[in-house]
Amino acid sequence: MIHTLTLAELSAKLAAREVSAVEVTQAYLDRISAHDGEVGAFLTVASESALQDASRAQERLDRGEGGALTGIPIAFKDNISTDGIETTCASKILKGYIPPYDATVVERLKAQDAVVIGKTNLDEFAMGASTETSAYQLTRNPWDLTRTPGGSSGGSTAAVTARLVPVAIGSDTGGSIRQPASLCGIVGFKPTYGRCSRYGLVAFGSSLDQIGPLAQTVEDAAILSEAITGHDFRDSTSLPHPAISTSELKNVSLKGLRLALPKEMLGEGTQPGVRAVFESALENLRREGVIIDEVSIPSIALGVTTYYIIAPAEASSNLGRFDGVRFGPRSEGKGHIGVVERTRADGFGHEVKSRIMIGTYALSAGYYDAYYVRAQQVRALMVQEFNRVYQDYDFVVSPTSPVTAFRLGDLDGDPLAMKLLDFCTIPANMGGMPGISINAGFSEGLPVGLQLLGAPLRDEALLQSAFAAEKALGLATAPPNFA
Amino acid sequence: MSISLDEVRHVARLARLELEEAEIFSLQTELNALIGHFQDIQGIDVTNLSPTSHAVAMRNVWADDVPGATLPRDRALRNSALQRAGLFVVPQIIED
Repeated sequence: MIHTLTLAELSAKLAAREVSAVEVTQAYLDRISAHDGEVGAFLTVASESALQDASRAQERLDRGEGGALTGIPIAFKDNISTDGIETTCASKILKGYIPPYDATVVERLKAQDAVVIGKTNLDEFAMGASTETSAYQLTRNPWDLTRTPGGSSGGSTAAVTARLVPVAIGSDTGGSIRQPASLCGIVGFKPTYGRCSRYGLVAFGSSLDQIGPLAQTVEDAAILSEAITGHDFRDSTSLPHPAISTSELKNVSLKGLRLALPKEMLGEGTQPGVRAVFESALENLRREGVIIDEVSIPSIALGVTTYYIIAPAEASSNLGRFDGVRFGPRSEGKGHIGVVERTRADGFGHEVKSRIMIGTYALSAGYYDAYYVRAQQVRALMVQEFNRVYQDYDFVVSPTSPVTAFRLGDLDGDPLAMKLLDFCTIPANMGGMPGISINAGFSEGLPVGLQLLGAPLRDEALLQSAFAAEKALGLATAPPNFA
Repeated sequence: MSISLDEVRHVARLARLELEEAEIFSLQTELNALIGHFQDIQGIDVTNLSPTSHAVAMRNVWADDVPGATLPRDRALRNSALQRAGLFVVPQIIED
């Protein structure tokens, strides 16, 4: 069965001509038709162009020119621009918007003969942690369809988890790749800020946003990371470093690896079931020779507050471009300002309006220094404190999320409670650090994620250790109804 | 520290958002809950800390000055709700 394969396995079968690229894409399109009705992962399925991409990929394979991604179907979060395919950010304000160009990640994956199979659901403009703020639909967790897959990359994550696609691309501003990966029991990786071009990613928090892979295994995540990273002149924050290399991925042992566990990431807010699974995972790692010490990084406690100043401030500025003139529907109103105000009132959902308001407030005269500048200074403090830990330890380890997947609707009416759950994932975005979530086990049938964070530019080493840790902890299986 | 209804209306004007009365009330509650948390960072000693936005220091990023293809006009206009004669149509800005 094609859908039970990982990207690496699929790639080997394509190269060996045991299966054709068109058969692979058709198999996934069939799975999407059969199962996405209950999962709700996709906003757009690009069947026709995907099959064309696949037959082009097969021509390359027939000529013996294929690479690791030739003929591999990939789903993209719907805040990543795809030339000719509607890109809505799960917002009404971009309904019908067809980007006239590809994001760099899409361009790079197409150049490596990957197949763009469709676009996935997200919290509106990636603002949320449950995919419930989407203006279009709910996405459900394949482990329990009454629960959230997490967010904001909930669609991409649910699609990989339900094996509707072998791998997918998401974006992570405060944990939006790692948290859903944790809640769905798959692998989510956020590279160092600047390693993956943001060109064509609809901006949310420009100094925090980073694109990355969602995959069944660390190996798949690494293969995809290698394909999408590397310098891009079109993103001025893109680092000059080469793409993430996977050549040494499997050549690392856990013996002697030093991990720091910040006590601030395993506190009162951590569910007992999550704690139990996490601690037993740590025991398994210790048996492999990993040294794990508890440390204190006090600024972690300030992370959520700092994030909810910086991210909305940047968002309120970035979302200023949605005025109904160049893209999206335009509402009637009195004069230019009336049109803009009405268009935005009709087009944005409540959570987005709320964040624009917070950000505008934090940047407004009289508050700028007290809030925005101060938050950027606290951010510097956080970087300092993490750097001090990285002098003595290879990586920081923690649960990815203090809770397992919650029921849809449970926190929908309490946005603050949901925001307070982000404390383990936010530091990576604040400090530009690479971070990965892998499955650590299950609590009452729901996946629990283990997060590793590294110093900026330690992406390769982080993936290597995550690969070894995944071997020690055991690969998560697919949810029974989607196996 | 809390935000009044008039302040909510003022910020909405700055943000170019037309809000219903009910939304103004609910946003006041939400904003106050968050702003309450903003006080957490007021007591932190930040002397000698320069504001940070990029963890890997970069400065003066230049692009090579090479002419290249730009987006064709029809593609740039394709997504506009209103366009005429190869231009975006916007409401009148200057009064008669």
